[in-house]
This record gives sequence, C-alpha cells and structure tokens, in this order.
Amino acid sequence: MSLDRNEVEIVAHLARLKVSDDQMPATLASLNSILTLVDRMQEVDTSGVEPLANPLDATARVRADEITESNQRDAYQGVAPSTTDGLYLVPKVIE
Amino acid sequence: MEWEIVIGLEIHVQLSTQSKIFSGSATRFGAEPNSQASLVDLAMPGTLPVFNEGALRKAVAFGLAIDADIGKRSVFDRKNYFYPDSPKGYQITQMDHPIVGKGEVDIVLDDGSHRTIGVTRAHLEEDAGKSLHEDFEGMSGIDLNRAGTPLLEIVSEPELRNAKEAVAYLRKIHSIVTYIGISDGNMAEGSMRCDANVSVRPKGTTELGTRTEIKNVNSFRFVEKAINVEVQRHIDVIEDGGNIVQETRLYDADKNETRSMRSKEFANDYRYFPEPDLLPVEIDDAYVQAVADQLPELPDAKIARFQNDYGLSDYDATVLAASRAMADYFEAVVKICGDAKLAANWCQGELAALLNRDEVDVADSPVSAEHLGQLIQRIQDNTVSNKLAKQVFEGIAAGEGSADEVIEKRGLKQVTDTGAIEAMIDEVIAANPEQVEQYRSGKDKVFGFFVGQVMKASKGQANPGQVNQLLKDKLAG
Repeated sequence: MSLDRNEVEIVAHLARLKVSDDQMPATLASLNSILTLVDRMQEVDTSGVEPLANPLDATARVRADEITESNQRDAYQGVAPSTTDGLYLVPKVIE
Repeated sequence: MEWEIVIGLEIHVQLSTQSKIFSGSATRFGAEPNSQASLVDLAMPGTLPVFNEGALRKAVAFGLAIDADIGKRSVFDRKNYFYPDSPKGYQITQMDHPIVGKGEVDIVLDDGSHRTIGVTRAHLEEDAGKSLHEDFEGMSGIDLNRAGTPLLEIVSEPELRNAKEAVAYLRKIHSIVTYIGISDGNMAEGSMRCDANVSVRPKGTTELGTRTEIKNVNSFRFVEKAINVEVQRHIDVIEDGGNIVQETRLYDADKNETRSMRSKEFANDYRYFPEPDLLPVEIDDAYVQAVADQLPELPDAKIARFQNDYGLSDYDATVLAASRAMADYFEAVVKICGDAKLAANWCQGELAALLNRDEVDVADSPVSAEHLGQLIQRIQDNTVSNKLAKQVFEGIAAGEGSADEVIEKRGLKQVTDTGAIEAMIDEVIAANPEQVEQYRSGKDKVFGFFVGQVMKASKGQANPGQVNQLLKDKLAG
C-alpha cells in the first residue's frame, strides 16, 4: 500500500502537524518507504498469532484506590500561559 | 409505511472511587477548579499512568451483576483526538479487549411484561475535563478536576424498540449500579450520562437503517423525549424522499429538537492503538470470586424474594425494589410492624407522595422507617383508625415527634370505650327520630347516615367496627 498527497494531508491534520509544500515530497517518500517495509512484514503468515498488546512479557501492577495527591494548583499553574479563577485559559473552542 | 425503530444505548457511568483511574488525585464532585488535577491528569511530560484497582473491582462487579463474561485479560488503548479538556491528546479506553463482555439485563415494560436486553460490552476509560465557554473574553476556561475520573461505558445491543423501552433499560442499569454501589448514579451531576443510537427501517426488513447518535442526554425524561423526536425526524426525512446522514446530534430540551453537532469536514478517525504506557490487566478466577462474594443482593433477586417472602405482587415488588434505599426502608418497616402488605401500601402511598412533594430521597425521609413501623403498629392495635393515621403521618413528617407523641398531642387516639360510643349513639338516635322510623320500616340505606353522624360526633375517632356493631344493636331497638 502507498499513500498519496491527499492522505498525507489528512493524517497530518489529524495529528495537528503542518507539512509545508516544500516538505511534502520528502514526507510522502519517507512514509511510503516505511509502508513498503510494512508490506513486506505483512507477507509473514500470522494467522493463529495473538496480536501483541505490549512488547514486555508482563502484566499490569495496580495501585490501591487511595488519594495520594494534594492540591498543588498554584505550583502547576505557575507555568501556564494564562489562567483565571483557577481555570486554564485556552483559545476559544466551541463544537 | 410502518416503521420499526432500532435503539442502542451507550451509558457512561462514573465509578465512585476515591481516586482517579490512573492517578492518585481525588474525584470529589464540586471541588475548586483544578484543585484535583495532578501532573498525570495535566499530561505533564515524564508522568505515567498507574491503574486503580478500585476501578477494576467495580467494573468486574458490574460484569457479574449482569451475568456477563469477565475479561480475564483486558487491554487499554489510545483513542486519539485533540480537545483542550483532554490534555494528553488522547483518551485511554479499551477497544478490542474490554473488561466486561456479553451480558444481559431484564426490563419490565408498562404492561408488566418482561424483556431481556443484551449488553454487548462494558469497558473502562477515563473521563475528560470540563470546558467553560462563557465570560473569558474570547478564551475558553478549562477545569481538569474531572479528567481521569473512571468511567464504565456500558454498550447495549441495538435491541430496544421504542423510547419507553430505552428508558426502562436505562433505569435498570441505574438500579444495578447503585445497588452494587459502583456509582452514585446522580444524573444531574453527570455521574451517569447516556448516548442513544437511533435508526428506523421498514417493518419486516432486517437491514439496519442509517443511525444517528444523540449525545449526552442527562435525565430519564429527556432520553425518552430526545429519542421520540429523533425517530420522528428520521421518518419525516425518509418519507420526504431524503436520506439520513450518519452523524452526532445534540438534544435541545427547550426546543424539543435535535441538531447536528459536529461538522464532518473530516470523518472521525481516532487511530486506536494499544496504550504503550499500560500493561495488559490480568485477573484470575480467585479475584473474580472474591468480587462475587462481596456482591449484595441484586434487584431481580430482591424482587423475587419480596414476592415469595412477603406475598407482594410483581408490580409492588418491582416498585419497592427499584432502589436499594427504598427496599431497605420497606424491610425495616416490615421488621417492626410484621405486616408486609400494610407496609407496602404505606411506602407506595403516603411515603412516596411525601418524598415526591418535598423532592427528597428516601434516605433523607423526614419520616423514618422506625416512625412508620410504629405508626402501623398503632393501626394494628386499634389506637388510631386508618383514616386518622394519615394525620399522624403528616404530624411525624412535620417534625412533631413519634407516632405515639403525635397521637397524644393531636388527640387522635381512637375511642374504643364501648360506654362512650354507646352514649354518642344514644344522642344521635334521640336527635333523629324521623330517620330511626325510616330505618325500622325497612329503609336499610339510612344506616350509613347514622354511622356518619356518630363518626362526626366522635370527631372521627370512634372505632368504625364497634360503631357499626353497636348501632345495629341499638337501632334494632
């Protein structure tokens, strides 16, 4: 499989990445080169093999349901560009 | 053309854990903005999620309650999208290996018939924060207290056939999650939120029509209205020769209409992949059994027991067992007075009316189960008549004390002294010679008049059974 320019633009938009016209040919070529490798990997017969959820041969350790964090809002908001009344302010978003 | 309606619900239930699903932040509702948002919740670089065992246990409890397959190995996935109330740029959820698999619940319809509704799956995920769009001079305010609150998303099969069935199913899920104590089920505070997938198809066909999804409907009443109005829209569009567009819509309760919510410039593409920051969760039979051992009696079992042990009708048992608090209250009353039928009548009658009027939960009832149990005892031992007992109930509700205290203070004690009742009857007979004549000449109907007069003379406090008997004797001459 290979991508065309339009598909790269869609993927870039979904990832909120800006790919300039200058960068497009190289980006397209790199992605397609990766997909060529994927195509080769697809040739391996994996029927009967469980998809791998994680490369580590281990399972989750869980924590007890306890509150371990205290209110550090002032410290955390010290690095925020804009806050008011305890809220983080961001450019307006309306669906 | 006749249309068949197809509805599936996705119910998001906030699990009532102390801390968040992947961090140690508190989950308390109504806290100061961002006072419960830790570095993990803020998605600061270098932080990692750690799974909360409390959320796991509550999800497994739900699976057991609906007789579902429990995912012995469940896997978290990333659902990628950008929105400021989800600072990581993705939501951690479960896609292919949810914690709860196929299960089912029984619902009761208005006509008393039962239907089994399939639950496709239920999976764990994290809630997003809240965006506030007003009063910030062109900016949006973000509160991340809710970000990371554990959610159980319960997905039904598309088996619901009308809005009433959808509401009955939603109520049943509400009843189950509150019974087993995995959520407070508070819809007004968003602890339970419902999305409805709706489509229509010509009756008799099997292919599903194009569906729309109504997002975030937050009360039982609005779920019914939103589905009805959306179904009608589908039918109108199709009958006018148009096509339904698959999309997400929002219900506007003020206008009672749904409207399109998102522009479809790009179709949603969440690019799910396994969450690399979390390992697969494995649980064994012993873990599941330990959760099962802790489960309280479930609604269906309680309904069956109320019918068997107390001789209640299916309807009465279902109403009383709908909430665990009401069921506990009812049983406490029965324990005191020993009469399940009277207890059921009072719980569904005077008590339900009072709670409804004052808009309070049964747990906060101004008339406690002890009070009501004692009041019923006073009816049983003839201290008060059934009719005056309602006044005693009002007195207890108004804070005038226990049943005995209200009876004493308001002077509602039933007169059972034969001599006193006879004296009143003698007066009534003496005052109404004409009616006595009528009665003695065979007009039996006049008897009711005498009963009324004697009850009036006693201010309603004479024992009706005694009045009847004594009157008969006296009038017979």
